[in-house]
Amino acid sequence: MEFVLLIFLPILAALVVPLLFKHVKGIHTGWFVLLVPLSLFIFYIGFIATTMDGGHAISELQWIPTLGISFVAYIDGLSLLFTLLITGIGALVVLYSIFYLDKDKEKLGNFYVYLLLFMTAMLGVVQSDNVITLYLFWELTSISSFLLIGYWYTRDGSRFGALKSMMITVFGGLMMLGGFVLLGIMGNSFSIRELIATASTFVGHEFFTLALVLVLLGAFTKSAQFPFYIWLPDAMEAPTPVSSYLHSATMVKAGLYLVARFTPIFAVSEVWIWLVTGIGLLTLFWGSFFAVKQTDLKAILAFSTVSQLGLIMSLLGAGAIAYHTDDAIFKFAAFAAIFHLINHATFKGSLFMIAGIVDHETGTRDIRKLGGLMSIMPISFTVAFIGSMSMAGLPPFNGFLSKEMFLDSMLAIRHFELFNFGTWGIIFPVVAWIASVFTFVYSFYFVFKTFAGQRKSEPLPQTPHEAPIGMLLSPIILATLVVGIFFIPNLIGKWLVKPAVMAVQPGLYNHPSEVDVHVAAWHGFYSPALWMTIAIFGVGAVLYVTMKKWQKLYDIQPQYLSLNALYDSAMLFGENGMNRLSRFYMTGLIRTYLLYMFAFIIAITTAALFIKEAFVVDMNSFSAVSVYGVLTAIILVIAVAMILLAKTRLAAIIALGAVGYSVALFFVIFKAPDLALTQLVIETISVALFLLAFQHLPKLNNHGETKPNKLVNLLIAAGVGITVMLVALSAHSQKLIPSISQYYKDTVATEAGGGNIVNVILVDYRGFDTLFEIAVLSIAGIGVLAMIRLRLARKEDTDENK
Amino acid sequence: MKTNDVILQTTTKFVFFIIFLFSIHIFFAGHYTPGGGFVGGLLTTGAIVLLLLAFDLKTVQKALPFNFTIVIGIGLLLALGTAAGSIFFNVPFFTHAFDYFELPLFGKTSLHTAMIFDAGVYLVVVGAAITMIQSIGGDA
Repeated sequence: MEFVLLIFLPILAALVVPLLFKHVKGIHTGWFVLLVPLSLFIFYIGFIATTMDGGHAISELQWIPTLGISFVAYIDGLSLLFTLLITGIGALVVLYSIFYLDKDKEKLGNFYVYLLLFMTAMLGVVQSDNVITLYLFWELTSISSFLLIGYWYTRDGSRFGALKSMMITVFGGLMMLGGFVLLGIMGNSFSIRELIATASTFVGHEFFTLALVLVLLGAFTKSAQFPFYIWLPDAMEAPTPVSSYLHSATMVKAGLYLVARFTPIFAVSEVWIWLVTGIGLLTLFWGSFFAVKQTDLKAILAFSTVSQLGLIMSLLGAGAIAYHTDDAIFKFAAFAAIFHLINHATFKGSLFMIAGIVDHETGTRDIRKLGGLMSIMPISFTVAFIGSMSMAGLPPFNGFLSKEMFLDSMLAIRHFELFNFGTWGIIFPVVAWIASVFTFVYSFYFVFKTFAGQRKSEPLPQTPHEAPIGMLLSPIILATLVVGIFFIPNLIGKWLVKPAVMAVQPGLYNHPSEVDVHVAAWHGFYSPALWMTIAIFGVGAVLYVTMKKWQKLYDIQPQYLSLNALYDSAMLFGENGMNRLSRFYMTGLIRTYLLYMFAFIIAITTAALFIKEAFVVDMNSFSAVSVYGVLTAIILVIAVAMILLAKTRLAAIIALGAVGYSVALFFVIFKAPDLALTQLVIETISVALFLLAFQHLPKLNNHGETKPNKLVNLLIAAGVGITVMLVALSAHSQKLIPSISQYYKDTVATEAGGGNIVNVILVDYRGFDTLFEIAVLSIAGIGVLAMIRLRLARKEDTDENK
Repeated sequence: MKTNDVILQTTTKFVFFIIFLFSIHIFFAGHYTPGGGFVGGLLTTGAIVLLLLAFDLKTVQKALPFNFTIVIGIGLLLALGTAAGSIFFNVPFFTHAFDYFELPLFGKTSLHTAMIFDAGVYLVVVGAAITMIQSIGGDA
């Protein structure tokens, strides 16, 4: 079966969703939608056997073969892992949303269409082997994310957040496209597999570093790395199922996927390793540090997501070092990155869902108002506890395992000799340790400030109670995984992680089983990571207890020095600057605009004519002047003079008609019956139209034009006239290429089955032109109708913003 | 002031049909002799404009009870449909087909998909022109 088509299954399902929502009122639309990710998940599980064996599967659908663009679904360990995350978590999120979104109050039709659109886009990103289609799907994720964040579009915050995420991620996407094009130039292919195969020839190419930076910009904006992370907290305006799905489990991991996928190409570069590891680590620290400042449950989770994404990013950077040294620890880092990616999806997904439940059942997400919910919502608390402890890196949860592997990898960077890591490497474990302490603090902050302690004296907006079991089902499943993975890490490693590692470091292994990593919870007392972990717990606990005292420190940073303020002022500057620039030349007077246009036409055409020495007059090519021609020309001139001198519009309109008819006469004289016919009819209709409409026109006056104005008008008019005449003379006097008329004469009967060349050109030879012309004509017709009807509908109020 | 337009109105009633039938002729003749969908459409529009001048907007709307915006849509669909139809025969977009048939009454006639496309052009021209004229003329 061509499984590339399955990428489009969700988007096709989206076509049916609005109908189901409209006509099947009794059943929540989500139940139908649930079938899509669920069936895909079950289908894709079948590929595990292939990838575990180091194999891959390919399915191709041609799109634009001449440009080398096609939809290629390439499933190896890495894309399969992401595919399973997308469909698996997708199914859980849809299940959760069925209980979260009320079927009578919410516009579920919109919601599920956007969600399914996203699913297709995301599957496309992780499965595409062709970088151009990857880019297409990449932007589609940005667009569907925009739509989902703005789902409650009547809220200011939603619209602001949606726009912000779109601006930043689309900026990154465009940069990435540039990177892809450069890669395509270097490798002469758009296929990622072929690019990887020829990667060794790229080194030292002048585009190599530029392509690297551009691709990384795409990855960093999408995965909310410093300093682009600012869109993620604002994206929390989206409904919680969306935050849990897009903004923690899948979409923000697209950047990580990109880095992992392109590691084999760029890992040889020092810049890549420094940027990926360094920015990752900085983001890890920054996110964890500012998470503690937040008071909104979802904002805490957003910053923690930023921080965890940074952690995985830095591990991927460390994993790239494996290309430079045989030290096994760096192969280990890639394993840790993939492993933590899975773990993060499980615990963060469940935490987001709990935050949604708290919001749903109490009416607020403000942690300052919450507290003591443990006794009322015991199941939610248990799930939140498991998730948070895993995030903090405590046993027996999966986060503990990957966190220790992370610390080991960061410690090992000290010993890496190349690229100045010997000097600066010590920074990495130190920053990692500090960030881990803050991770510990915000994990505790999240779960205990919400569920433990005393209820606050002021009542919550709603009387809290435990959520319905359907809503709890998805987080419980995820929490079970959090605990389960702790006990069977090596099984997960064998099924999912090692095949993915092989895709990240393809040259180093022949078979996934050669990835020599064995995950263990206990490494003995001499493991430095163990002592680091214990120190994290100790210092973290102290900081958590004394949090009230030092949380004020965050207020030191003035608002105007934040990255958000920078974004806001950049946007404001952009809008105002553009406004001022366009006001400068857009005066609102048609006269000015015509002046610009005609002046440019004169300047450009005559310049081209004389620079290219194209001005030629060949007297011999002219046909003889007949009496009829002279007479018609005289009529034409008189008619034009009458238009200019007419005292009333009516006279001017009739004179204009005379101009048109005399032009038609010229066509007759020069034997162009088709043109003559059309010109005659057009002239008749336009005169009639003028007569119909002229009573609405204002009185004929000089519109306040002064003498100098008129002089300029004269110059421009004369200039245009002379220019057109010069061009016409030169065009007639020389032919750059032989005329196409002979071809038409030869083929009009045989190829097109017609006799009248003019009409055959219109409907056949140049049918495209005609198609677009009638499209434009339709738009014009409907435009006139709309403008006049709308203006009539509200005559007083013409400002559309009011 | 009430004008006497009996002559105009009576003549128009005849002339309208002459122009209209001529426009149909021009439309069909287009592939071999001067004419075609564009001119045909314009001529029909001209005929309707004549009606508008002789009578008034409301009378004409009663006599020709079409929604001309829908005429635009039908025309566009016809043109695009003809152009796109070729895809289903595995030839490039916009490939026309034609053949010669012996038809009763007409004798040997060529039937051409280009004519369907031209009919689309005809309808769009009539629809768009009348829509504009109606909206501008009706704005009183």
